[in-house]
Amino acid sequence: MNPKPYSNTKATLAIAKASFRSILRSPSAVVFTLAFPLIFIIVFANIGGGGVTVDVGVAKTCDTISPVYQALKNVKVVHLVKDQSTEEMNMNLSKGSIDAIINIQKNNTRPPFTVNVEYTKASAEKGNILRSVLSNIYYNINNNAQINTPPVAEIRETTIQGREYKYIDFILPGQLGFSLLSSGVFGTAFVFLSLRLTLVIKRFFATPVKRYSIVLGEALARMTFSLLGSLFIILVGHYMFGFTLVHGVTTVLNMLVLSAIGLIIFMGFGFTISGIAKNESTVPPLSNIITLPQFLLSGTFFSVTAFPKWLQGISNVLPLTHLNNAMRKVAFEGVGLGDVTHQLFILLIWFVIIYAVAVKTFKWE
Amino acid sequence: MTKQPIITVNDLVKNYGDFAAVKGISFEVYEGEIFGLLGPNGAGKTTTLEIIETLREKTSGRIIVDGFDIETDTDSIKKRIGVQLQAAGYYPNLNLSELITLFSGLYGIDKSPMEMLEKVALTDKAKAKYKDLSGGQKQRFSIATTLINNPRIIFLDEPTTGLDPQARRNLWDLIREIRDQGTTVVITTHYMDEAEVLCDRVAFVDGGYIIGIDTPDHFIDQLVASGFERKKQVKLANLEDVFINLTGKEWREG
Repeated sequence: MNPKPYSNTKATLAIAKASFRSILRSPSAVVFTLAFPLIFIIVFANIGGGGVTVDVGVAKTCDTISPVYQALKNVKVVHLVKDQSTEEMNMNLSKGSIDAIINIQKNNTRPPFTVNVEYTKASAEKGNILRSVLSNIYYNINNNAQINTPPVAEIRETTIQGREYKYIDFILPGQLGFSLLSSGVFGTAFVFLSLRLTLVIKRFFATPVKRYSIVLGEALARMTFSLLGSLFIILVGHYMFGFTLVHGVTTVLNMLVLSAIGLIIFMGFGFTISGIAKNESTVPPLSNIITLPQFLLSGTFFSVTAFPKWLQGISNVLPLTHLNNAMRKVAFEGVGLGDVTHQLFILLIWFVIIYAVAVKTFKWE
Repeated sequence: MTKQPIITVNDLVKNYGDFAAVKGISFEVYEGEIFGLLGPNGAGKTTTLEIIETLREKTSGRIIVDGFDIETDTDSIKKRIGVQLQAAGYYPNLNLSELITLFSGLYGIDKSPMEMLEKVALTDKAKAKYKDLSGGQKQRFSIATTLINNPRIIFLDEPTTGLDPQARRNLWDLIREIRDQGTTVVITTHYMDEAEVLCDRVAFVDGGYIIGIDTPDHFIDQLVASGFERKKQVKLANLEDVFINLTGKEWREG
């Protein structure tokens, strides 16, 4: 009847094409993948950093019993970093992942304390926050001392050169992650559940199509859509808000590779939910259980370092945290994929876990 | 014309756990006929159809479709049959022409969407969504998707349920046309008048068994010969004839 042998590739591509068309015409997909992230970017790029912490490296030689240090410890915005080596600290300062290094020295002469602060151009804004915090402390301490006595402390400042770390450099990778997370989880779960419930998949099974073609075709369509979305977000961020792309096109390509890896993992959650959900109204709550905690705790809006330790522990388990971290390293620090192997390894563990679960729970009928 | 079986079902059994839906049925469908599976809801019609359509596993029995064993050659069978499911939907957000393209891809063949839509008189709806079609149009579109792969046999599960008399007659004409072009048709229905005028042979299924298989004429003659009489004398026309006569044979797109 059909002289040509049956082509699974052709069937897969037919599904991918149909699915891609369908996604483009579905308002929720476009809203979640493009509109929401862009709105968040625009809003946050303009209000600057809410929930900001200033990471201040404490030099090894720093006098930590001095009144200046004690006062600094009580300032909420300031997060004192003590667990890094001098070398690490200097490197992080130039990257802007810590915002300043402080070194308080006790003097045998007057004034009794010298506060050496090293700022970085990479984080000028946060440096300014610290500057005003310090001048506040300085003013209080010196005033508490008696009038006409020489000041208790003086502040010496230096600023090192570094790349400026803008808030957009923080917020954009997070929004990219959010876009991938919602498209992967919500999109996949809804599509497979509705195809199953409306018997579209059953009708497909009456044709020679293979099961893997259906999954692959759908995945291909979602991947294409999400990567185009990511590219669009990156370009808008770069050209409109000055998002930093250290190595230009190479950085963009690395980010797209990370996006693809993230999407594959998030789709695993989507497959699982489509299998567990009984009807369409159970999809949103199940999806929210997966997406909301990651949305809040994975450094999408706030730096994970702003959280208390126990919360950071949770953050550091979530896949989106590691996707975001890898994304930021690649985009801003300009490292290659080979330098984010730690993050990639954790994502790989998630991949194995979630697909093991998905294979068990996924339902065709 | 000698009667050549194109489907042979032998002692088919299907159990769902403890529940036996089909309890050992055997029948043959001849090439080029319209074969009706009749019976009350839950009799096992749809289960039987879906097993022949390769959509469900059988518990036991043997089925040969166009020379291929259902156990070993599902792929060859899938390529030779067209299936219309009861209440099946279509891929969301696509128009009819795109859906035909999708199915062509699933069958691995190139068919122009317009050619297929022309067969069921839906060319003017090429850009419409499936969900926006009328009941009759939906059924005709479903039938178009079963014809994409030039099947040897098509299966229609209650295709006329819920249609108005005009749409129903229109669909009968379409089904006869398909049969006349050499495609075997297996159909289920709850309307006996429909089976009577449409089917070349029918099988009655009840409680998981086949309780009779013959031409509609034969069944009726037998019953009459046994002394059966309708309570009300049959007139030369019925109310549906009146309906058609009054509202016209013209089929309305609704």
